[in-house]
Amino acid sequence: MAVNRARDGAPGYALTTLESMVAWGRKYSLFPLTFATACCGIEVMGALGTHYDLSRFGAEVVRFSPRQADVLLVAGTINYKMAPVLRRIYDQMLEPKWVISMGVCASSGGFYNNYTVLQGIDKIMPVDVYIPGCPPNPEGIIDAVVQIQKIIETGAPRAAERWPIK
Amino acid sequence: MAERNEMETRNGKLDLQSEPMLINIGPSHPATHTTLRFRATLDGETILDLEPEFGYLHRGFEKESEAATWTQVIPYTDRLNYVSPLMNNVGYVMAVEKLCGIEVTERCKYIRVIISEISRIIDHMVCIGTNMVDIGALTNFWYFWKPREEVYKVIEELCGQRLTTAYTRIGGVMADLPEGWTDRLLAVCRGVIPECIADVNALLTKNRIFIERTMGIGPITPKDAIALGFTGPCLRAAGVPLDLRKDEPYLVYDRFDFDVPVGEAGDTCDRYMVRMEEMRQSLRIIEQAVAQLPGGPVNVDDPRFILPPKPQVYENIEALMNHFKIIMEGIRVPAGEVYSATEAANGELGFYIVSKGGGSPWKIKVRPPCFPLFQGIPHLVRGQMIADLIAVLGSVNIIAGELDR
Amino acid sequence: MGLVLEKLAARFGPEIAATHSNFGDDTALVRRERIVEILTFLRDDPGLLFDFAMDLTGVDYLGEEPRFEVVYHLYSLRMNHRVRIKVRLHEDDPVIDSAVSVWSGINWYEREAYDMYGIVFRGHPNLTRILMYEGFQGHPLRKDYPKAKRQPTIGPEE
Repeated sequence: MAVNRARDGAPGYALTTLESMVAWGRKYSLFPLTFATACCGIEVMGALGTHYDLSRFGAEVVRFSPRQADVLLVAGTINYKMAPVLRRIYDQMLEPKWVISMGVCASSGGFYNNYTVLQGIDKIMPVDVYIPGCPPNPEGIIDAVVQIQKIIETGAPRAAERWPIK
Repeated sequence: MAERNEMETRNGKLDLQSEPMLINIGPSHPATHTTLRFRATLDGETILDLEPEFGYLHRGFEKESEAATWTQVIPYTDRLNYVSPLMNNVGYVMAVEKLCGIEVTERCKYIRVIISEISRIIDHMVCIGTNMVDIGALTNFWYFWKPREEVYKVIEELCGQRLTTAYTRIGGVMADLPEGWTDRLLAVCRGVIPECIADVNALLTKNRIFIERTMGIGPITPKDAIALGFTGPCLRAAGVPLDLRKDEPYLVYDRFDFDVPVGEAGDTCDRYMVRMEEMRQSLRIIEQAVAQLPGGPVNVDDPRFILPPKPQVYENIEALMNHFKIIMEGIRVPAGEVYSATEAANGELGFYIVSKGGGSPWKIKVRPPCFPLFQGIPHLVRGQMIADLIAVLGSVNIIAGELDR
Repeated sequence: MGLVLEKLAARFGPEIAATHSNFGDDTALVRRERIVEILTFLRDDPGLLFDFAMDLTGVDYLGEEPRFEVVYHLYSLRMNHRVRIKVRLHEDDPVIDSAVSVWSGINWYEREAYDMYGIVFRGHPNLTRILMYEGFQGHPLRKDYPKAKRQPTIGPEE
């Protein structure tokens, strides 16, 4: 996007494509659905709280309905009882949608390697950004949101387009 | 039209005969904190019956702990009640120490009291904050989150992590308090915490809307609460002054002057009031504990349980071997079984531990405080409105991590 | 031997297989036949008054006979004392009478013991899985259930 301002204070003009205009608007109005099951959910609350203030990055309007959200933030352990629920939520979200996998439990099962824990949500759905940590600090969540914004801005392919990984 | 008016006046509201309606709430629902689920049978908006369903966060804590060494179990206990992890750490190591016959040092006992009480405060903050969010008062959540961040700073300094602390060790704690830590803790306890409690108190306690939403909502009698196995603030709100810190004093709780608040009706409002007062009492305990905090070592002087100091490991073959054996094989715990209970933020946190000797537990059963509380929810809300379910659920403070383990 | 165990032994002498008070926890190993009667006595006797059923769990002693154990932890609010009651069950017949009629709060603990160990509580109002999902085969906390044996509900087979 190129913006030109006239020198004498008269209105300038901007040159852009429609795609980048839409992407520019979209990246600062992300509506996350926080699928917070466990400890990571407490840090999500921290990120939304006054100290870290995720709203600075335009992603504070949390939606609990998948039909109104465009970023799925999976925070916490997902077990096999929960996995079909999570997949259904993902399926209900409208395109385009992005997925953040927060914490090691969601990303790989973490230190729960047993009969009940799903070993990473990328087995059942595409994931765009992984946040490491157990649990990640709120800075990690903010960084993940910025990464999503970069994906939107550059038009980089979403994980859904290369999933499942063969 | 006359007929309609007659129907409207009966029972003071429109009284339509209808089939009971079945409604599903959760597991992905903002008020159930994503892991709880209810099947409610409704007549209009009145709850006829409620069937809770959970297990959506079952992580196999007990199976994992059977494959870990005794020390490796400590990080798993963080994730039971992840709102106040330090208390779980304390509860678990106290059970193992009971089995090993370890008497920890005075300083260690005081440190454990201090970290338990600060955890109780932040646990109650989350409980009240989220409860109020669920019934529409968002501001209190922000007010309570600010001091939580301050407390996190203090905890992070103590053990390097904000949430998953793993601070205690069998026979002591991970490390002694950092230099000047108690001053910074007291600054938080004297400054930002009482301030926010006063703010929330001013916003809520005499607030007409809050009282109408909570008073008389989800009441329970002492008899029912005992039969259902309620403990902690929910039992005390019903008027039963059971507090293990007073009744079975562990650590050094018998040396402090504090009160156990009790309610009368056992309703949502009483649970809120009890929690608010418990935070103030915890502040009192912290003040006294810091004032009495003795010097000396934090760990027991026993090479069977405690790692040797790092400089010795580098220079001394005995210390190196000892270090290696404790890390690789785990500490040796004698055969036997114990049940050890502590007063966690939600009630009695019990650990039933079976050892067959050797480096890893044979069985660890956690008695989570939430488990009977969640079981009692249908009893609390039957005959009330569906909107009241949300207020009640928040006020009993169900933490899925320890409910499902 | 503590007061609780003395009273229990005086009333149900032949039912009690063993007692100990190791680590300060009064423990009685009883036979399963009259368990509900024993628990009712513990709840109602004016000198005992165990009004709280704090915990119930199963334990799997694989390799020993009998294999399973059901452990009750009781607490008395008024007397401020605790007791542990244990019952041994054979592998081929892991059945015990339900104690829901004694303490209503023990309901879910029994369901959990059923879910995790396959111990059957006779007379339980709703003995179904509680933590695991319907369709899960086996009982995960049994020692012969492999720790990482997964039964996916969705996604690729392990």
